[in-house]
Amino acid sequence: MSCHTAQALIHGYIDSELDVGQTAELERHIHECKTCDIVYRNQLTLSSALRDSTLYFAAPEDLKRRVRTSLQIEAKTKTTRKQFGWGWSLMAASLAVVLIATTLWKFAPSFRSSANEGLVAQEVLADHIRSLQMTNHLTDVLSTDQHTVKPWFNGKVDFSPPVRDFADHDFRLYGGRVGYLNNRVVATVVYQRRSHFINLYIWPADPTSDAKESSLQLQGFNLIQWTSSGMSFWAVSDLNSVELQEFVRYVQQ
Amino acid sequence: MVETQKKLTSFEEAVLPHLDAAYNLARWLTRNDADAHDVVQEAYLRAFRFFGGFNGVDGRAWLLGIVRNTSYTWMQQNRSPGISVPLDDEIYEIESNELNPEALLQQTADSRMVRAALEQLPVEFREVLVLRELEEFSYKEIAQIIALPIGTVMSRLARGRKRLQQVLIHQKHVEVIN
Repeated sequence: MSCHTAQALIHGYIDSELDVGQTAELERHIHECKTCDIVYRNQLTLSSALRDSTLYFAAPEDLKRRVRTSLQIEAKTKTTRKQFGWGWSLMAASLAVVLIATTLWKFAPSFRSSANEGLVAQEVLADHIRSLQMTNHLTDVLSTDQHTVKPWFNGKVDFSPPVRDFADHDFRLYGGRVGYLNNRVVATVVYQRRSHFINLYIWPADPTSDAKESSLQLQGFNLIQWTSSGMSFWAVSDLNSVELQEFVRYVQQ
Repeated sequence: MVETQKKLTSFEEAVLPHLDAAYNLARWLTRNDADAHDVVQEAYLRAFRFFGGFNGVDGRAWLLGIVRNTSYTWMQQNRSPGISVPLDDEIYEIESNELNPEALLQQTADSRMVRAALEQLPVEFREVLVLRELEEFSYKEIAQIIALPIGTVMSRLARGRKRLQQVLIHQKHVEVIN
């Protein structure tokens, strides 16, 4: 056996992957060749060094909890979808009702005031702060997968909020939750950039509300509000206003 | 309802015990705690959805295949470096500094050195070394997990070990200079 062949076989030998014939031949060669013996011993040293238990990353305890919770949510989501197979026709019917109501509303006198908007902003901000203070209250469904988060809202809110991941632009989808704001149930989609969370609140827009985008700063937080496709959006974060604007552009695209 | 709960129970029995292996692989591939968390969670959700396709034989290998794919998707999305491998086919050529078993022994005695060296390796070598040495999979099982022929597994292991040895010896030199 040549040294070249022997050194190629050493790995299979260490890993017990050689057949009996190859093993015998290699052992004979190593016994006779000092160089190959050193190469073999070096590889053996390396191999046992890698088997050091401190190199093994055991799963942290909280990960186990997170995985179990998300699996349970996933299982429940599937059940809900199965049980309410007729949910779509129901949703279509309610959509029709909403459409009619919206049309009627359009002819009603508009009395939207900026004072009301200020109140909503306060409510939105209070909810944002609360969501960050309470452990595990940032999300009800924790997932970076838009195809998990979006269907999760089915049956929990009476509209279908747009849910997209912007991980490509470093705004990672983090999860979603349902809350109560502005006298109605709202969907909240949570995003993350670095260590900053963004709460994106969504609810069907008041038909009299202005589609114009506005931004404000309250207690050091940035808030951006706009209306599009019949939905009211509020984005809130401690992220700086430039990056929050950037986020809003992606949502609006 | 009952059916889904049953599926969840059998999934948890077959796959949840391998959480450590899943995290270990994800952590070595992404080299980051937070990313490994997200990858593992995502991988478990995917595994649950594809559980119907599991043949019931080896839950750990099956899961790690999914963890690996999820990690790669993650690294591509986050533009993580180091997915390409520079070619160096002269892997069996011996360098003089490799013939000093005492030096290597000294280096490997410090597990922090070994960890740092393994982390520096390109991901293709890192993954086969982790699967072989830390998870103790056979060549055949590794080939299944990374979806490549056994021959590739063998050559990557050989090249990976050679590189690891060089990195360790190089580290030694740097330390002496400092």
